[in-house]
Amino acid sequence: MRVTFTVNGEERVVDDVWEGESLLYVLRERCGLPGSKNACEQGECGSCTVYLDGTPVCACLVAAGQAEGGTVRTVEGLAEGHRLDPLQEAFVECGAVQCGFCTPGLIVAAHDLLARTDGVPADTEIREALAGNLCRCTGYEQIIEAVRLAAGRGAGPS
Amino acid sequence: MSMEFLRPATWAEALAMKAERPDARPIAGGTDVMVELNFDRTRPPALLDLTAIPELATWNTDIVPGWIRIGAGMTYTRIIEELGGMFPGLAIAARTVGSPQIRNRGTIGGNLGSASPAGDLLPVLLANRGAEVWVESVRKKAGPYPVYDFFTGPKRNLLAPDELIREVRMRVTHGPEQFAKIGTRNAMVIAVCSFALTLDPGEREVGTGIGSAGPTPLLAFDAGEYLAGELDWEGAGPLDDRVARRFGELVAAAANPIDDVRGTAEYRRHALSVMARRTLGWAWADYRKGAAECA
Repeated sequence: MRVTFTVNGEERVVDDVWEGESLLYVLRERCGLPGSKNACEQGECGSCTVYLDGTPVCACLVAAGQAEGGTVRTVEGLAEGHRLDPLQEAFVECGAVQCGFCTPGLIVAAHDLLARTDGVPADTEIREALAGNLCRCTGYEQIIEAVRLAAGRGAGPS
Repeated sequence: MSMEFLRPATWAEALAMKAERPDARPIAGGTDVMVELNFDRTRPPALLDLTAIPELATWNTDIVPGWIRIGAGMTYTRIIEELGGMFPGLAIAARTVGSPQIRNRGTIGGNLGSASPAGDLLPVLLANRGAEVWVESVRKKAGPYPVYDFFTGPKRNLLAPDELIREVRMRVTHGPEQFAKIGTRNAMVIAVCSFALTLDPGEREVGTGIGSAGPTPLLAFDAGEYLAGELDWEGAGPLDDRVARRFGELVAAAANPIDDVRGTAEYRRHALSVMARRTLGWAWADYRKGAAECA
């Protein structure tokens, strides 16, 4: 089937999509956007987190056809050209990226938290917002630090 | 394998499609169905996507006085944000579902359709004493099943192949509500067991619901009857510890658990008696606070 949707501001028409495939597969294998990662395929790990119509979701749990006519923003759509989003900068600075596999999902989930929060969110709020994203390297401390740093620099609602 | 993707824009269209293709698998948030597809556990001949039907993702309180209608497409996130004031127990249970990403997609209709004994909202619906699942088909106009009749076994319910779940209706009692769930961590946990409690001060009745400790979500009917008769509704005095303990025992006795990978039957019974006592303590404290403010 054909799926037409907007990805990172650009309209995409994707053909030959299998009716049972996920939005994640469409993004990675058909749109050339491998930023969103494929790990658990069951919504446990959050590494495929993208915005669908402004809401963070696991792209592996969205059927491709459910994105028809929708608007998707992936981790590739956060930077402006070569200028990283302040949250991405903060992840680099804090050492919140180790193997990097969980990073895109964490960035999108944290981006949503900051967009909803004025000022610096409490640690409990950060932990709750990132509860659906697994990291097996960092122990999360640097990630939480990065979110605090970005929020402190005014990476909040724009 | 070929599969059809059906995407009705209206409820009438969805019913017509389901009548024509009773083998089509309904999908809303996809948090159960997509896992089965991704792991090759199911290959339905068609998917029936219900997310493009606006009225399914709405709720209102103006159909029957004292009742709320919650559309099947209401997500856990919206239940927390929009219905938490009216149904604190429903919101507590919704907060324990998965993660923010899962709660943004998963729906109350999906919880009922999947009919897992561990479905987090289901004990709360049982504890509502009278909650109804409204289903509809082209053949039969919309009608209710009492939620305590709806589940027939693990992941099985009364839904006929041509029927779809349209909405849930709950009684608005304005009483204290509580929910507790046992799991290995806070996020992304399938309940080892769970318990929901509703106090209905208007009718001086107690509602109960047990999750993940039987083939279906279960009522603890005798426990509720016992407690309703023992509580000091009038004086709103302190809770009698012996009553709380007896209530816990009766809740544990109402469960029908098995040993499985998440826990033993014995552990589940014990945990239920503890959760029953604790939720009662919290709910009774709420009730006393309310009574003190009214006095």
